[in-house]
Amino acid sequence: MTEIERTNLPGVGTRFEFTTGDGRRIGVIHHRSGRREVFVCPEDDPDTAIVTLDLSDDEAHDLVDLLGGSRVVENLSQLQHQIEGLAIDWLTIDPHAKYAGRTIGDARIRTRTGVSVVAVLRGDDPHPAPGPEFQMEAEDVLVVVGTPEGITGVRGILRSG
Amino acid sequence: MHEGARLLLELGGIVLGLGLLGRLAARFGFSPIPLYLMGGLAIGQGGIAPIVTSEDFIEIGAEIGVVLLLLMLGLEFTGRELVASVRSTAPVGFTDLVINAAPGFVGGLVLGLGLTGALFLGGVTYISSSGVIAKLIADLGWLANRETPAVLSLLVFEDLAMAVLLPVLGAIAIGGEFSGVVLAATAALVVVALILAIGARHGDRISRAMFSSSDEVNLLTLLGITLLVAGAAERLSVSAAVGAFLVGIGVSGEAVGRARTLLAPLRDLFAAVFFVFFGIQTDPRALPGIAFAVLALALASSVTKLFVGWWAAARVGAGRSARLRAGVLLVARGEFSIVIAGLGLAGGVDERLGLLAVGYVLVTAVLGPVAAKIVDSRSVSRPGPRPVGEH
Repeated sequence: MTEIERTNLPGVGTRFEFTTGDGRRIGVIHHRSGRREVFVCPEDDPDTAIVTLDLSDDEAHDLVDLLGGSRVVENLSQLQHQIEGLAIDWLTIDPHAKYAGRTIGDARIRTRTGVSVVAVLRGDDPHPAPGPEFQMEAEDVLVVVGTPEGITGVRGILRSG
Repeated sequence: MHEGARLLLELGGIVLGLGLLGRLAARFGFSPIPLYLMGGLAIGQGGIAPIVTSEDFIEIGAEIGVVLLLLMLGLEFTGRELVASVRSTAPVGFTDLVINAAPGFVGGLVLGLGLTGALFLGGVTYISSSGVIAKLIADLGWLANRETPAVLSLLVFEDLAMAVLLPVLGAIAIGGEFSGVVLAATAALVVVALILAIGARHGDRISRAMFSSSDEVNLLTLLGITLLVAGAAERLSVSAAVGAFLVGIGVSGEAVGRARTLLAPLRDLFAAVFFVFFGIQTDPRALPGIAFAVLALALASSVTKLFVGWWAAARVGAGRSARLRAGVLLVARGEFSIVIAGLGLAGGVDERLGLLAVGYVLVTAVLGPVAAKIVDSRSVSRPGPRPVGEH
């Protein structure tokens, strides 16, 4: 845990600062008005702020999100990791398959393979974003998104009779 | 009816003129205070266009201006902040008081203002302008710099010192027997200490009881209480300014933020009127005669402020350029120097005090910001472009 220094700025607010690993002094000034000011000092002159950034209350919260404090961002970054090896496939339910006539939840597709079923095509009717309670029937086509390995796994699950 | 029209015309002309001066000041990034003073010089006795009808109104406006200036100053700080600042800056703060009042005091004696006049001139050269300096810090982006908390604490110390000094000076100005002066000054100090203690302990509760959800009600309540306390303080010869300052400190906590935004425009208007009135009272024809004295005072007290700023910044571990910045910041004098001089004049001190104060503020309120800007442009360009290929 970094040691954060707190200084009172009479009539203005409070200043919090610390020194980063490469020796830069950075910090945030909390104005009484709710405004936040982020500042960075150069390595060779820790007394002088060269970058200052004015943020409103909302913008400050957005910045906190971007710095990795919230789940939304974590999910977003996971999605980005997958894009490199992302695959989409269309899988038909075999009439003899074990899960024909049962729900997506029963097959535990996502739990077992990490693959998402983004839509089910039944005849000419698309059923986008089916929930786990959606009942799969023979000849349904599942649109799935996931890793190539995961999709291979799903194919196995749906075939196994 | 004719009189009414003339009054409105004169006032309109004056306020519009102030607006233009303020615009000019903003254009060049300076404090408008010196320009307001010069505006007052121009329309007063011996100026280029002396006013006739609106002087009474301006005089009352100026009175309210002082009260609002000090009320807003008090609102800036909570009692707790004051105590913390005094604790952390006491050695620098007292040195600041002694060595910056010295040029004014000695100068006053040399110029023959008498002991009382010299004390007031000491007050004029002592107190830096928190208004001008706070604006400079914001404009130059110096808030995050290492030396800034030290500078701000010093300003708080000065403001508090003024709350103590104003009633004492007020008692001295009124004069009379020595024992009477001591008694009045002691009574004033006891009241100041009492209100500070109440403000530090119960400020939150007081403001919660005072403020409602309606802005209009808040404005009227706060203004009414302030004027009453200021008037009562004046009656007790503590000076209206001190009364207003104490109301400001006493009212603290959450609600204060709203009070500040409500009062700021009123303060701006009446404070501008106050500076104009001070200029009006001063005869510009006498200025050339004291020009040398003003420049000598400005020079001497700039050096002493530089020293104090340098030391205050060194105490918090700041480097040389930061110490220089702290020093030049403190050079600017402004609103409170004029307030102190006004108190002296009201107490019947030699009229040259007003003249000296106007000239002195004109010089330092321009010199300080100019010096700060020069220092800033130097320290920004100092690291220089990095040689290609360093990274």
